[in-house]
Amino acid sequence: MVATGALGAVGAAAVAWPFINNLNPAADTLALSTIEVNVTPIAVGQAVTVKWRGKPVFIRHRTEAEIKEAEAVPMSQLPDPETDNKRVTDTAKKVRPEWLIMIGVCTHLGCVPLGNKAGDPKGEYGGWFCPCHGSSYDTSGRIRKGPAPKNLVVPEYLFTSDALVRIG
Amino acid sequence: MASSHGTPPVFNNKVISWIDHRLPIFSYIEKEYHTFPTPRNFNYFWNFGAIATVMLVLMIATGIVLATNYTPHVLMAFDAVERIDRDVPQGWLIRDLHMNGASFFFIAVYIHIFRGMYYGSYKAPRELLWILGVVIFLLMMATAFMGYVLPWGQMSFWGATVITNLFSAIPVVGESIVIWLWGGFAVDNPTLNRFFALHYLLPFIIVAVVALHVVALHVHGSNNPTGIDPKGPQDTVPFHPYYTMKDGFGVMVFLIVFAAFVFFAPDYLGHPDNYIPADPLVTPAHIVPEWYFLPFYAILRAIPDKLGGVLAMFGAIAVLFILPWLDTSRVRSCTFRPIYKWFMMFLVVDVIVLGICGSKPAEGFWVPLSQLATLYYFAHFLVLLPILGKIERPLPLPPSIADAVLKKKAV
Ligand code: HEM
Ligand code: FES
Repeated sequence: MVATGALGAVGAAAVAWPFINNLNPAADTLALSTIEVNVTPIAVGQAVTVKWRGKPVFIRHRTEAEIKEAEAVPMSQLPDPETDNKRVTDTAKKVRPEWLIMIGVCTHLGCVPLGNKAGDPKGEYGGWFCPCHGSSYDTSGRIRKGPAPKNLVVPEYLFTSDALVRIG
Repeated sequence: MASSHGTPPVFNNKVISWIDHRLPIFSYIEKEYHTFPTPRNFNYFWNFGAIATVMLVLMIATGIVLATNYTPHVLMAFDAVERIDRDVPQGWLIRDLHMNGASFFFIAVYIHIFRGMYYGSYKAPRELLWILGVVIFLLMMATAFMGYVLPWGQMSFWGATVITNLFSAIPVVGESIVIWLWGGFAVDNPTLNRFFALHYLLPFIIVAVVALHVVALHVHGSNNPTGIDPKGPQDTVPFHPYYTMKDGFGVMVFLIVFAAFVFFAPDYLGHPDNYIPADPLVTPAHIVPEWYFLPFYAILRAIPDKLGGVLAMFGAIAVLFILPWLDTSRVRSCTFRPIYKWFMMFLVVDVIVLGICGSKPAEGFWVPLSQLATLYYFAHFLVLLPILGKIERPLPLPPSIADAVLKKKAV
């Protein structure tokens, strides 16, 4: 009886799995798409939003002041401690503090934070502000205040030249 | 429910009696909706079960017609809905019935839930009946949420994004669950497609749970405004014609108000941003869910912690499941509970305040207010209810329903 029951349970799970797994991303969705962006038109102090895997990616050309501000923050003040340096390093380990590249999706519930366009509110820490439930990010895209638990995510990217960056 | 009332009916029509001998559907209708002994003292709050049923049927009828003209694809969904509104014969009417129907379905169900809470209909022996009701409420919320995604406007898209992201608060597996829900790395075509499939399915599951809800209801019969059980024939009337007529009347009045919205203010309860096509790169400045979700949305935002907010929101519904055991008073109806009666009314005010907070941006004075209202909501269920049952002295209960009714008439 127990054996039959156990076998039945294993059988049921084996049948259920394809149904559950069927809802996972399909191969074509998974196929790692990459995009290439020419960053030369982005002036210092400006930012652009590009679309990658259905999500916005922020590319910000930071000013000296923004970089200084981001580097000066003591780790103890960060809910999700991470150095600015680490967030501006590409996959070839090259550090470019002037280029901050992040997925523009609030780590709370997924809204797109404001702060990329001129005139947008940038929040109390001068970076980005998410209007949905009021999260503020600093000039390194790190969470400083509000319900979001994590820093804005830095995707894998590689500068193939000084002008071109490949995301993904 | 079986032998307690009446002898098996005799049908004069030969066809009916032939069928009934083999499949007793006519006996069933006769017993459960005609002779069924029903407390004689229902007030109009008892109309809302029938009204909710009518709305469910209306939602399914309009929904199936809409589906014949709808296309669940990110490039076509918005235009398909606009075409239903502008080009399809009477498409505007079917869509406005469906759109406002969802709101009025929730209005009916919220009043129905209030009725159950005020008159203690969740207490023994009706706990399972109540729990099935909460299950229906949850299924309705899931259905309405997925339906709202279908027109693929800005609110559709960002509502779907925020709500599916709630699951990312689950430790460890949260992110994988969200990707699984989406079928991709963001709310996108696979998401829309599956939401349409589920939006079509869930209402029929609701029908099945409603059937169980009614079966459970007919075991012990309805509660009534006094909360005391009928003691004999002097306390009841047959369901038909007394309550078929009263329910019919209530349904008509409700539908008149409903029709006023459908014909004169079809977009009043909606949000204008949903007439902007979905844009995954721009979040509207102020996103809000449909009005019927606002109190829960306010609870979500009141807690300044992601996981905490999500837990509180689901907890707000979870407490309803255990309500029959949180309430320690043996008296059902608030009519005879001089203290709880006021707390019950205050809970209604609290939920309305939460709803208003949910509709405002999460800043300034709205934040502490929603926190206070959230605290009170949980205190009502988890602190007040268990304690009050012990310390409150209920008013004397009337000896029977008939006594209560006749005395009221005499005064
Ligand atoms: C429990 C019952 C139901 C509820 C609460 C519900 C709710 C909703 C809501 C809130 C919308 C969005 C309306 C808008 O803003 O445009 C919607 C859309 C839609 N629903 Fe339903 N629905 C129900 C049953 C059904 C059924 C049974 C079908 C059958 C397939 C259906 C098909 C559709 C379609 C095709 C749309 C998109 C067209 C539109 O947006 O008007 N619904 N539903
Ligand atoms: S989604 Fe950004 S604060 Fe909630």
